[in-house]
This record gives sequence, structure tokens and C-alpha cells, in this order.
Amino acid sequence: MDYALIWAILIAVAVFAYVALDGFDLGIAMLFPWFKREEHRDVMMNTVAPVWDGNETWLVLGGGGLLAVFPLAFAVLMPALYMPVIAMLLGLIFRGVAFEYRFKTKRGKPIWDLSFMIGSLVAALSQGIMLGAMLQGIKVVDRSYGGGWFDWLTPFSLFCGLAVVVGYMLLGSTWLVMKTRGELQQRSFRAARITALLLALSIAVVSLYLPWRDAAIAERWFSFPASVWLWTLPLTLALVTLGLLRSLTREHEVAPYLWALGLFFLSFVGFAISIFPYLVPRSITLWQAAAPDNSLVFLLYGAVILLPIIAAYTGYTYWVFRGKVDPDAGYHD
Amino acid sequence: MFESFDALTLARFQFAFTVAFHIIFPAFTIGLASYLAVLEGLYLKTRNPVYQKLFRYWVKIFAVAFGMGVVSGIVMSYQFGTNWSVFSDRAGPVIGPLMGYEVLTAFFLEAGFLGVMLFGMNKVGERLHFFATLMVAIGTAISAFWILSANSWMQTPAGFGMNDVGQFIVTDWWAVIFNPSFPYRLAHMLLAAYLTTAFVVGGVAAWHLLRDRANAAARKMFSMAMWMALLVAPLQVVVGDLHGLNTQEHQPAKVAAMEGHFKTQTRAPLYLFGLPQQDTAEVKYGLAIPGLGSLILKHDVNAEVTGLDAFPRDEWPPVAIVFWAFRLMVGIGVLMLVIGIWSGIQRWRGKLYDSPLLHRVAVLSAPIGFVAVIAGWVVTEVGRQPWVVYGLMRTADAASPIAREGVAGSLLAFIVVYFLVFGAGTFYIVRKMAGNPDKVNIPDYAKKQHAMAAERMYHEED
Ligand code: HDD
Ligand code: HEM
Ligand code: HEM
Repeated sequence: MDYALIWAILIAVAVFAYVALDGFDLGIAMLFPWFKREEHRDVMMNTVAPVWDGNETWLVLGGGGLLAVFPLAFAVLMPALYMPVIAMLLGLIFRGVAFEYRFKTKRGKPIWDLSFMIGSLVAALSQGIMLGAMLQGIKVVDRSYGGGWFDWLTPFSLFCGLAVVVGYMLLGSTWLVMKTRGELQQRSFRAARITALLLALSIAVVSLYLPWRDAAIAERWFSFPASVWLWTLPLTLALVTLGLLRSLTREHEVAPYLWALGLFFLSFVGFAISIFPYLVPRSITLWQAAAPDNSLVFLLYGAVILLPIIAAYTGYTYWVFRGKVDPDAGYHD
Repeated sequence: MFESFDALTLARFQFAFTVAFHIIFPAFTIGLASYLAVLEGLYLKTRNPVYQKLFRYWVKIFAVAFGMGVVSGIVMSYQFGTNWSVFSDRAGPVIGPLMGYEVLTAFFLEAGFLGVMLFGMNKVGERLHFFATLMVAIGTAISAFWILSANSWMQTPAGFGMNDVGQFIVTDWWAVIFNPSFPYRLAHMLLAAYLTTAFVVGGVAAWHLLRDRANAAARKMFSMAMWMALLVAPLQVVVGDLHGLNTQEHQPAKVAAMEGHFKTQTRAPLYLFGLPQQDTAEVKYGLAIPGLGSLILKHDVNAEVTGLDAFPRDEWPPVAIVFWAFRLMVGIGVLMLVIGIWSGIQRWRGKLYDSPLLHRVAVLSAPIGFVAVIAGWVVTEVGRQPWVVYGLMRTADAASPIAREGVAGSLLAFIVVYFLVFGAGTFYIVRKMAGNPDKVNIPDYAKKQHAMAAERMYHEED
């Protein structure tokens, strides 16, 4: 069996789970500047407080999984993306502690609001920049990173960073639409409409720019007739965007979040198609990066048995905390 | 800043700094999670409200410490790639799956049930809530299992071969996981976590007892903590001794550094004090008991003990650091033992809540567990230098091809952020500890269950 391919798919699933889950709670924080009332902010935080740690664990699985099954890719990508990785980690520290600190102080509350906002913004921006930097390609010499210190920093990667920020804000606002009511929900609808349009625009820009810049990607998407079936992807993307906008105008409560996830999913698939079979684009394929079979198989047992169990109790947690979060139900003892 | 250091030294310092900060939190949360499970279990069994008060008192502190543990831990797992990329490439096939199992069996379990534990009091029944607490506690212990297995493999590698690109490949997973030093390290670390927590709990209890010796919740806490000290401290000394014997067998150079033995000798001394000199290979101002070193290490006063002269100089660890860190840890171990026995005597005389001197000492020793834990890790990690995978891969060959400026910059950022952020967290925790455990409100769940979705009810604003 092709264990490397199976693992590439599993890591992709972990990364997507991370984006789908942590995306909304990073997004909520980045919406704070437009939601200034303290009661609103309390509710916004409370919609994610019980689940944020679990959401972030998918990031640990993505990183740890890469080390375990594609050690070479991990060893090349981390030094190549050194600065954005460190920035992301620092950002995650500032936002992670805010969940607890914020409720432990009155005077310091504005500080931890700020730490929550900026930490999340830095983390999201760094993730987008890493994505962009990977799409640009990474230079490898002799089993290690061979490029320069600032190779990751280009207008394109910055643009990808902003696109991810906007995308997470969309996930965050559609999540709030689902979990809140009243004025807070109305504001969330408004935020969702704006970010939906911005995200659709960004996706379009990236999709047009990449093939124009990168011959290999152009070749993959435009080699008629082999790639005709690939064209269903942008078409579906357009349809999903329309579905999202429609459900936002009709003020559906759950559908917008699902549509937004669909948008992410399709972009993610597009990304995978563009770089396949590389893990470190244009340098190292997933088969070259794979650990010896025996390591792949050993961890695969665990993943196959444990991932469904994890999904079950994670689902249970979401079920326990289902429904709207009310502002008047305070956290005072 | 840092101009005089090369990239490798900075990377080592960065790892040491971030992991030493990280371990402070697990050392406390592993112990506290189990303590919370015990408290909740006792409450369900006895219905004595004091247990419920204590649970609610400590769970808030736990939440803050756990949050800090999570965010500092995520830094650790990515640091293998950012600063130790060659190590990641070579040892990834062995270490990686162990850490992968840690994520799958421990981190998800902790995180998944943490939400229910902290915010679910009024959403699930009492028994389910207890189950969630148990799962969090078990998760922390499983996490220690895997990460210590990974670390122990680097200390005493087993069950592996090499492939043609220089990667370690596993031939026997069982031998990898249960490598020779792992059982000792796991037992020693888990006991260390329980002791650390017991001294924190005991210190907080004693502080409140000094204010009001009738404080029922503080009495209960103090009694529980001192039982732990009395029973676990001696156990830790025994486990530590066994751990040392095992290290003697697999990493004799480390033990020689711990003991300050530069020469191989019979009737080896035990230094109580001294200043080991790496370059002249002698212990200055040594105050030693002859023969005791042989007795402890070989359980025979006349036995020959290997010294550092049996190893090439470029394989010596930095002796003074290891020597002193070891003395610090063992000194604290003995101190814990003494406090445990003292509390036992006072308890026996019926004066446990009535001896201000004991209470004062307990308050002062609240943080000693953390000191011992860090000192212990310094012994372990500095003592294995210059190897990152013992005897097989040198630390110097493990680092990423990152320029000095890069490592220096990130190190500086970590130092500033850690002191600010974790300093603030420690402040909030200490402030919580100043609150009276006997005055914790116990909410009326039945009433609240009707009030929909009361989130965050466990948070009190101060
Ligand atoms: C003896 C125990 C122990 C040791 C030696 C370490 N850790 Fe740790 N770690 C834990 C015990 C623990 C824990 C008890 O499971 C934590 C602490 C508090 C917490 O939230 O979980 C944790 C959290 C934690 C997390 C966050 C998990 C989450 O998202 O919930 C990560 C990624 C790591 N650790 C990774 C590491 C790495 C890479 C280490 C070594 C270099 C390391 N830890 C040493
Ligand atoms: C949690 C408690 C730990 C502490 C306090 C600790 C402490 C240290 C210290 C002080 C160093 C620097 C040694 C030197 O360079 O002289 C170090 C290095 C290192 N440790 Fe640990 N360590 C801990 C756990 C671990 C674990 C669990 C692992 C792996 C699974 C690990 C892997 C490493 C690596 C890869 C290095 C860098 C290479 C080196 O300098 O040897 N450590 N650690
Ligand atoms: C007097 C009793 C003690 C003895 C004889 C002892 C012995 C040892 C030895 C020999 C090591 C190094 C093992 C190696 O690197 O191979 C070690 C490490 C360590 N010790 Fe102790 N120890 C004692 C007390 C304590 C106490 C009281 C604590 C904490 C509360 C503690 C925490 C640690 C930790 C965290 C490590 C590093 C992890 C490990 O290697 O297990 N020790 N100890």
C-alpha cells in the first residue's frame, strides 16, 4: 500500500480540521475592533471558550504528524518559514492566555482584549503568509533549506496572509450568527456579508495570479483536455459563494457557517491540486519526504483507531455546548 | 545583545529556556488534575461540601496554569523543526510517532474534556462531570508517558537501525518505547509532579491556617498535602536512587559529572560541597565523605567507580552545572522528606493545625518542587551533553542552518514575551491563592440548570 499517500491525505485532513475549527475562534478575536461593547465581547469569547484548546490541538497534530511521517518536509519547512512560524507561536501565546486572564481582572481587561485581538491577527496572518510562501516554492539544498532569510516575504505571500485573515473573520462571523441573537447577531450578519465578498475577491485574485506566475501550475490547470474536469472546482466555488451570499441575505442561522466552510474546503482542494505531489513545493515530493514505512504504519494504527474516537468526544463537547450563548447568563458565581 | 554566542549556543539556550518554562506548568497541572479528580470523587462519595469548595477553589487556578501549559507546549513541538531541523530529519522517524501518539492519546483527551470540566458544571450531570475531570487527569499522565518515552530514547537509544540517508529507523517499537531509562524517568517525573503540587497546596493551606487555624477548608487541604509529602517523598528518594543506578549503567559519564568524580577510583568519595574545575579536572575546596560515593552507586564501600578520565575530553558534559544542579535537587528531596516526617509527628501528636512553625516552613517551601524539577532536568539534559542522541548524534550536528541573528532575535522575543505573559499569569494565580478557600460560593445547580446556557459560571471577577 502507498502509506505515504495515505498519510498525506490524513495530514491534509488534520490541517483542514484545524482551519475549520480554529479559524472561527481566531476570526472572532479579529472581529473585536468592530464589536466594542463589553457584554458583546464577553459573549463572543464564551462561544469559543470551552472548545478553543481542542481546536488548537489539530495544529499540534499537523506539526507533530509532519515530524513523524514526513520528517524531511518538517526539517525543511520550519527553517524556511522560521519567522512566520515564530510569530505564529507568539501570537498563539497572547491569544491563548487571554481566555483565562481576561476574566481574572477588571482593570487589566482592555489589555487582554488587545492581546486576544492582536495575538489572533498575528497568528492568522502568519498562517496565510506560510501558505503563500509554500505556493511560491521553497529552495532546498542537500536535505535542508537552501534559501535566504526573507524568501518568504513577498507581496504575494502578504496578500495570502490578508486573505486568510479575511477568511477567518468570515468563519468567525458566521459562527457568531449561529451562536448569538439580537443586536450581536445582526452585527455578525453585517460582518459576514462584507468578509464574504472580500474573501471571494481574494480567492479570485490568487487563482488568477498563480497560473500567470507559475508555469507548472498553469500547466496543471490549463492543459486541455486533461484538466477539464478540474474546472468544475472554480465553478463550484462560484456557486458556493452565491449560496453563501444568499443565505446571508435571507438571514439563515446555520447555513452561512456551512457555506463558508465549503468555500474553505474548495480553496483547500485547489491548493492541494496546485502543489501535488510536492510537500515542499517544487523541491520535495511526499514520497521523498516520507519516513520509513515502518514508522508510517506504526502511527497509522493509532490514527485509524483513535481519530474516530477523538471525533466522537469532540462532537460530544460541541453537543454539550450547543445552542445560543446568552449574555444575561453571567459568569458570576 | 547575544553578540558573543554562536547560533548553536543560542539555539541550545532557547530550547533550555522555553522547555524550562514549559515544564513548570505540567509539573503543576499533572499533579493538580489528579488532586481535582480526587476531590471531586471524595465529594461524590461523602457529600461533604468542603470537598466541593476545594474543587471549585483549585479548578480556577488549574484553568490558568493549564492555559499557560498549552501555549508554551505548542512552542516546544514546533521548536524541533525551527531550531533542530537536522535532528528532526534524522530522528523524526523515531521521536515523531511517539509524539504523534501523545497528541492522539493525550492532548486531544485533555483538551476535549477540559471544556466540560471547566464550563460544563451546569450542563452535564455530576457523574459525567466527574468523568470529564478524570479524563483530563488521565490525559496529563498519558502525555507524560509519551514525551518521557521520547526523551528517554534520546538518553538511552534502543530498538533502532540506520538507513542510507542517515535516518534512525525503528526495528522494534516495543524496545523504543520501553527503552532502558524510561520506566525510571516516568516514575520519577510523575512523583515529582505530585510532590510539587502537594507542596503548593500545602503552602497555600498553611498560609490560610496562619491567619485562621479553624479554617475548615485550609485544614483539609493541609492534611491532604502533608499526607502526600509523608508518603511520596520517601518513595521519590528510593526511585531517584534506582534512577541513578540505571544511569550509572547506561550513561556513566553523566553520573561521574553528577558526583564530581574526575578519576576512576575505589572507595569513591561523596562530595557534600566543592567546586568542580573542568580544565584542571579536580574538585576545589571539596568536602567529602570517603567511600560513601561507592556505597551509593555500587552499594559497596570498596567498589571501583568510573570517573570522567575513562572518557575522551570532548565527551565530557559541563561538570559544574551538573554537579550543582544535582545537589540542589537532592537537597530539596531531603528537605521534602524532613517536612513530611515532621508533619507526621505533629499529626500523631494531634498538633497538625496547631504548629505555626511547621506552617511557616510549609509556606516558604511552596515553590521548592518547581526548583527541584528544573534542577533535575538540568542534570538529565546537560549531563548528556555533548550528545543529543546519546553516543550517536552530537548536539552540534543537530541544529538548523539558521543564522545567528535569527536565533538571537527569536530567543529575545521568547524571553520578553514569556516573562510578561507568564508573569501576569503567575500574578493572577497567586492572587487567587490569597482568596479564602472556605469562602468559595457553591452555586445552586438545580436553579441554574433552568437559566439557560450559563457559561463561565466558574469565573469570579475580582
Ligand atoms: C512530564 C510531562 C511533560 C513534559 C516533559 C513535556 N510536556 Fe508538554 N505538556 C504536558 C506534559 C509534559 C501536559 C501535562 O500534557 C501539558 C501541560 C499542561 C497542559 O495543558 O498539557 C502539556 C502541553 C503541551 C502541548 C499543548 C497540548 C495541547 O494543545 O493541549 C504541547 C504541544 C506540548 N506539551 C509539547 C511538549 C514538547 C514538545 C515537550 C518536550 C520538549 C514537552 N511538551 C514536555
Ligand atoms: C520538560 C523538561 C525538560 C527540561 C527542563 C529540559 C531541559 C533542557 C536543557 C537545560 C537543555 C540544554 C542542554 C544543553 O544544551 O546544555 C535541553 C536540550 C534539549 N532537550 Fe531537553 N529538557 C526537558 C525535556 C525534554 C524532552 C521531553 C525532550 C524530547 C522529547 C527534550 C529534548 C531536548 C533537545 C532536542 C535539546 C536540544 C539539544 C541539546 O542541547 O541537547 N527535552 N533540554
Ligand atoms: C533525594 C532524592 C533524589 C534522587 C536520588 C534523585 C535522583 C535523580 C537522578 C539520578 C536524576 C538523573 C537521571 C538521568 O538523567 O539519567 C534525576 C532527574 C530528575 N529528578 Fe531527581 N532525585 C531526587 C529527588 C528529586 C525530587 C524531590 C524531584 C522533584 C520534586 C526530582 C525531580 C527530578 C526530575 C524532574 C528529573 C529529570 C527527569 C528524569 O530524568 O527523571 N528529583 N533525579
